[in-house]
Amino acid sequence: MNSKWKTLLKKPIMLTVIAILLGFVVAIIIMGLAGYPAFSSIGTLIYGMLGSPKKILNVFIKSTPIIFTGVGVAFAIKTGLFNIGAEGQFIVGSIAATVVGVLVKLPAPIEIPLIILASMAAGALYGGLVGLLKAKFGINEVITGIMLNWIALYFSNWIVGKTAISTNKISQTGYTTILDNWKRTDGMGGLENSALGRAFLKTDVNIGFIFAVLAAVFISWLLFKTRKGFELRAVGSNKDAARFTGIDVNKNIIQAMLISGALCGLGAAFYITGQWPHSLSSLSNFEGYGLNGLSVAFIAMSSPIGCVFAGLLFGGLLYGGSTLQLMMGVPTEIINIIIGVIVFFCALTYILPKLIDKIGTRKKGEADHV
Amino acid sequence: MSSILLFLGIMLMYSTPLALAAEGSVISERSGVVNIGIEGMMTIGAFVGAAVGYFSGSAWLGFLCAGLAGGLFGLLHAVASVSGKADQTVSGIAINLIAPGLALFLSRRLFAGATQTMPVTNKIPKLFGAGLPGVWNNLNVDVTTVIALVIAIVMWFIFYKTTWGLHIRAVGEHPGAADTLGINVYKTRYICVILSGVLAGLGGASVTLAIVTQFSPTAIAGQGFIAIAAVIFGKWTPHGGYLACLLFGAAQALTILLGGGNFAVPAEILSMLPYVITIIILILFVGRSAAPKASGIPYEKGARV
Amino acid sequence: MADNTEKYTEVPVSAEYAVQMRGITKIFGSFYALTDMNLDVRKGTIHSLLGENGAGKSTLMNVLYGLYTPEAGKIYLNGKEVEVKNPNVAIENGIGMVHQHFMLVENFTVTQNIILGNEPRKGGIVTDTRKARENVLKIVEKYGLEVDPDALISDISVGMQQRVEILKALYRGAEILILDEPTAVLTPQEIEELLSIMKSLIADGKTVIIITHKLKEIQESSDVCTIIRRGKYIGTVPVAGCSEDSLATMMVGHAVKLVVDKTPAKPGDVVFDIQNLTVKNEQGIDAVRNLSLQVRGGEIVGIAGIDGNGQKELMEAVNNLVKAENGTIRVLGEEIQNTSPRNGMDNGLVTIPEDRHKNGLVLSFTCDENAILEKYRTDEFSPGGRIDRKKTRDFMKKMVKDYDIRPEDCGSKKAGSLSGGNQQKIIIAREIANDPKVLIAVQPTRGLDVGAIENVHKMLIAERDKGVAVLLISYELDEVMNLSDRIAVIYDGQINCIFEQGEATQNQIGLLMGGGGENEQ
Repeated sequence: MNSKWKTLLKKPIMLTVIAILLGFVVAIIIMGLAGYPAFSSIGTLIYGMLGSPKKILNVFIKSTPIIFTGVGVAFAIKTGLFNIGAEGQFIVGSIAATVVGVLVKLPAPIEIPLIILASMAAGALYGGLVGLLKAKFGINEVITGIMLNWIALYFSNWIVGKTAISTNKISQTGYTTILDNWKRTDGMGGLENSALGRAFLKTDVNIGFIFAVLAAVFISWLLFKTRKGFELRAVGSNKDAARFTGIDVNKNIIQAMLISGALCGLGAAFYITGQWPHSLSSLSNFEGYGLNGLSVAFIAMSSPIGCVFAGLLFGGLLYGGSTLQLMMGVPTEIINIIIGVIVFFCALTYILPKLIDKIGTRKKGEADHV
Repeated sequence: MSSILLFLGIMLMYSTPLALAAEGSVISERSGVVNIGIEGMMTIGAFVGAAVGYFSGSAWLGFLCAGLAGGLFGLLHAVASVSGKADQTVSGIAINLIAPGLALFLSRRLFAGATQTMPVTNKIPKLFGAGLPGVWNNLNVDVTTVIALVIAIVMWFIFYKTTWGLHIRAVGEHPGAADTLGINVYKTRYICVILSGVLAGLGGASVTLAIVTQFSPTAIAGQGFIAIAAVIFGKWTPHGGYLACLLFGAAQALTILLGGGNFAVPAEILSMLPYVITIIILILFVGRSAAPKASGIPYEKGARV
Repeated sequence: MADNTEKYTEVPVSAEYAVQMRGITKIFGSFYALTDMNLDVRKGTIHSLLGENGAGKSTLMNVLYGLYTPEAGKIYLNGKEVEVKNPNVAIENGIGMVHQHFMLVENFTVTQNIILGNEPRKGGIVTDTRKARENVLKIVEKYGLEVDPDALISDISVGMQQRVEILKALYRGAEILILDEPTAVLTPQEIEELLSIMKSLIADGKTVIIITHKLKEIQESSDVCTIIRRGKYIGTVPVAGCSEDSLATMMVGHAVKLVVDKTPAKPGDVVFDIQNLTVKNEQGIDAVRNLSLQVRGGEIVGIAGIDGNGQKELMEAVNNLVKAENGTIRVLGEEIQNTSPRNGMDNGLVTIPEDRHKNGLVLSFTCDENAILEKYRTDEFSPGGRIDRKKTRDFMKKMVKDYDIRPEDCGSKKAGSLSGGNQQKIIIAREIANDPKVLIAVQPTRGLDVGAIENVHKMLIAERDKGVAVLLISYELDEVMNLSDRIAVIYDGQINCIFEQGEATQNQIGLLMGGGGENEQ
């Protein structure tokens, strides 16, 4: 294999593609060993993602929350912080959104922004806590993030147990699903005729996706074009040099976590307002919006814009998995395995280029002079 | 008196899986490799233990195989972290996705679409087989509890009394020093990480083969992370980690004993306790980082320390 | 003079030579660290390996010690070919290595570090701690190397740490000792001690190889010197007949000016004034004790001293990275102590940090971005909060032109891809562009080759001539003595003496650096 191919293969985006392909390869092997028809299963999976307008719309819908959390995590990584706590920040965001949505009943133009603000504030504060613990006490954010995730989960379950909130739905004025009420009335005859129209009727199409993309664009602009983003990235890449040139490192760590948490809270807001069941549920384990956001950020290589595409991919996988189980009987958990394998190979980005270098070279010392 | 014994019994029961996983975490961290995949390794161990235990009728065979399964994932983590020089946290996250996914996948495959396994007919035997008189029977713990204690003691001995332990600690604190004296850093880390997987797997099986009798999606649910918290709490020592697990087991026992009674502390709040305590402990130990110096940093020969 | 490698004259393989290396080639990725390198070390001699930073000296010795496997070449020990696959093989064959950056486990004791990997055992796996201690005391006595066997490494001095490193090698029966830049962290007196230790090892029949780039040390210690340049063999010379100049020329490949060119200083008023400064170190002990020092505009004041006498804490207090317990630091009358790093900068104080990778640059940022690491926050470079890329690029281009930074188009390249010398130029240029009143340079030429060192010195002198007050802190006594107009000696957190340039000899200053000799002035 000559040098030009190798240089191409070593480009970051190619490494991501390789990781994704390997994810599918491993899934095929596992399904094959377990006795499922592997290749047609993959076909079914793809059909489950793209097979009809309804499915495609659902992919967009399912991707929305993890694009938000993905951008939140990607942003944090760029500022030097491993925000595993995204899951907890998403949960407190959804708690805030639900509480406000249930207790407050105002017309939509006020209700929705209110919910969003409450959600973002809750997520920001929860994230800021992680930042504060790191800045003031030097505690690693991975540990506090994991701890706080579980605390948030149990807190959410506790809230659900209390009668005032329980599993009540939020006020209808808070829904961001497009024309939700109108869909339930009789005056919708015309839509039944087109596939897209039917899809529109049967899904929780909401405005969240648009805002997710806007968030990604905004964060990208913030990071790479502004003074604040420069400062945050400097802290993220070399704390010591940043401190030496007069940057307030602690302040920036906390600010970064506030923003990251706010993004997760924002995702929670659009999730609660945009998708059924529009309420909290009692959970025995994490739903994974924050955790999937981590995976999204990894394969997007921490690029906020990349998170949109990575989010769509993972959203597609997650949604397609249910069709896979329905039609082929393959357990949906295969999706988690695929995602896990992709993340695993993304972690190897350090060594993959070196392995690619080795392809075709036989003896030591014959390395290509690139 | 009987409630104290009951409390002790439950505490020992719940701390067993935590202790096994915690010792696994200690050995990995001490050699310089961060392993947050403990949760996933426990989960696969829990499943394999229950499944093998069911199909073979032997709990001990299930227990053994659980260790092997955990060890396999430990190997995966080792390959990524030691040879692949990957980000160890990311690798751990990947394992926490793959292992439980695989466990549930296989569960559905082998148990007609169910996410829980059929109950095993033979559990891990109790220590005092026939039982103890009266209330003392509360102390009739599973043999796995004893195994956990023995392993903790063995680990302590290895770390502080043997040359292996000296080597492991050196590799975790200053791999360059160990390397230049002829100690194989890579081999040492591989062994430690694989062992951590084995122990975590055994910990998972001690849930599904002793405490309950089957695997289900909620069998492990966070115990791997509590074990990691215990290790931090216990300052990365075998004895500290074990004692911290006893503490967390006690918290779990409290949850059960007080949950239905007059004491109005909600179960969820008690469940939060281990995590809250760990954060408080971390705040209090400000400025004294007891973690192994080289933890989390992939080793490269010749790199300037 | 042509930059060609000398022809290597073949030396027969024989037992007279402790170490012989032939045709060693070592490649990292696509980088040739060593090409066809040769070395012959006679038994019972002190043999220097001389080369600039990055020339390949450490790499060659790492091959000898088995840490690296060469792509090509052979090693002969005492006349026999040996394949040194790993350090264990090296140790078995009597080779011991003392690394430049000590390989000691901080929270182990001296004894544990010495016996690591070679522990006396009870019953196969249990460490026999009593026997270990005995064995250590035995070799301490035999070679007269004073150490405390039960002390933790984190608690002992650098000099003692080095002795522990040497004991590690001797404990394993080393007959060939490799010392990598051994004097970098020692006082002149400790260097003397090391020299006598080496001579007694030779008397004992051992062989010593020193890796160094310090010409003076070679003259004082070695019998023979092999020069390496860019991984290639240049020549082997008997030290006795060689001048420092000729060694330097061989090391670099062209004639080198060893003395700095500068006109006499024309100092003005006091610009930088430290009065009665007290600063605690990480352990809570006073590291800077009642220190006072003034620097006038238009002069270079150099602080001479051994690493560990308070320089680090002095710098951190000046840069507002730690608290000043007592005393004042003034720039043109303004007190800047206990404020913030930025406050110091706003008052005209800039610092070239000791560790350019840690504190000076963000290696993953482009050179453009590194150039505006301080200026990014000004309205000039980020009007309305938005970074002005064009202005940044122009700023960088001017820097490249004024200071000959290479490569020319480095603006969009990551800073990590530049050579050490060019990285340092960016840092200095960036600080100078702040129009400082006070310029503090800490170890400004660390790790740089001779050409880069010349450049840095030129830049510092140019600033001095502009009227800036320059404070130089360096652990290279030669540099301090050559560059400074006035020399202050720091010992144990205080300035114990200040000389005008030329007033004192290196020996006098060396004594003061070690805390002695105050009466001999």
